[in-house]
Amino acid sequence: MNLAEVVGSTAAIGYGLAAIGPGVGVGLVFAAYIQSTARQPEAARITQPFLWIGFAVVEVLALLGIAFGFIWQGTLT
Amino acid sequence: MLPLAADVPFPPTVEDFYPPSIIPWGGDNVWFTKITLLLWLTVAVLIIYFLVAYRNPKLVPTKRQWVAESIYGFVRNNIAVEMIGKEGVRFAPYLASLFSFIFVMNFWGIVPVAQISPNSHIAFPVILALISWVLFIYLGFKKHGAGYFKHALVPPAPWFILPILVPIEFFSNFIVRPFSLAVRLFANMFAGHMLLLVFTLGGFAMINANALLTPISILSWLMTIALTFLDLAVIALQAYVFTVLTASYIQGSLAEGH
Repeated sequence: MNLAEVVGSTAAIGYGLAAIGPGVGVGLVFAAYIQSTARQPEAARITQPFLWIGFAVVEVLALLGIAFGFIWQGTLT
Repeated sequence: MLPLAADVPFPPTVEDFYPPSIIPWGGDNVWFTKITLLLWLTVAVLIIYFLVAYRNPKLVPTKRQWVAESIYGFVRNNIAVEMIGKEGVRFAPYLASLFSFIFVMNFWGIVPVAQISPNSHIAFPVILALISWVLFIYLGFKKHGAGYFKHALVPPAPWFILPILVPIEFFSNFIVRPFSLAVRLFANMFAGHMLLLVFTLGGFAMINANALLTPISILSWLMTIALTFLDLAVIALQAYVFTVLTASYIQGSLAEGH
């Protein structure tokens, strides 16, 4: 007897799990930027490039998840 | 009700990224597709625009000249000089071309009728990333000679940790950098196109499944419009990020030793 059956691609589940880390990471990057700007408003322009570099470096993890989800997608049978 | 949408395939697949050939129309010959056409259009638009804007420069700029100058000025002051320092001015032309090229290439993703960015095929980002990769390695060797290996690979750290750090530095500087540059741009455009497809085709799929789902279909199409604006932000951001990262790698190569 099957209590619960899952059919289809496992890639969606995998990507959902893989997006947790970058989600937290991007949140931390922006939190740090907002905090530093609140403490030192005149530093906003100085730290902005680093904000985007940090964001891009973290974000790529989530995007790797999308790309590899298509490459390694498996099917539950 | 919507005869065109009678059998819309759902969910969208990777196949949707391979538009049919234009010459010959619909053939299997893949040398001239919408992607190729958009690439040529991008190059043509950029060359013609910048030539026309600067054909007859005025001290008090016309609107066209002002826009072209703002793009170049933005890249020069906010990316090149800010990231690299005074030396950055000599990289400003390359960075400005890179920025405007990536921006226009990405922008096709939300232009009606075009609706796909050539950058959603990994070949284009890979070449752009390889150019940046060769550029920063070349500049490093030009500046430091053979010492570039020490500069790039050996961080100031106690000797006993170096056997671990050197391979990590090698991996992150020479392998992950070009790879992540390419994949970031590709995956952003790929995901953006996929999202728009999911919501557009999803609307058709639901309206076909049951007429009672029409309001949800309309909601789905409204989401498409909202996501197009999100995509616009992503498009500009990715062009900016690619350029900033290239500038920061150049800066890393040009920096004085530790």
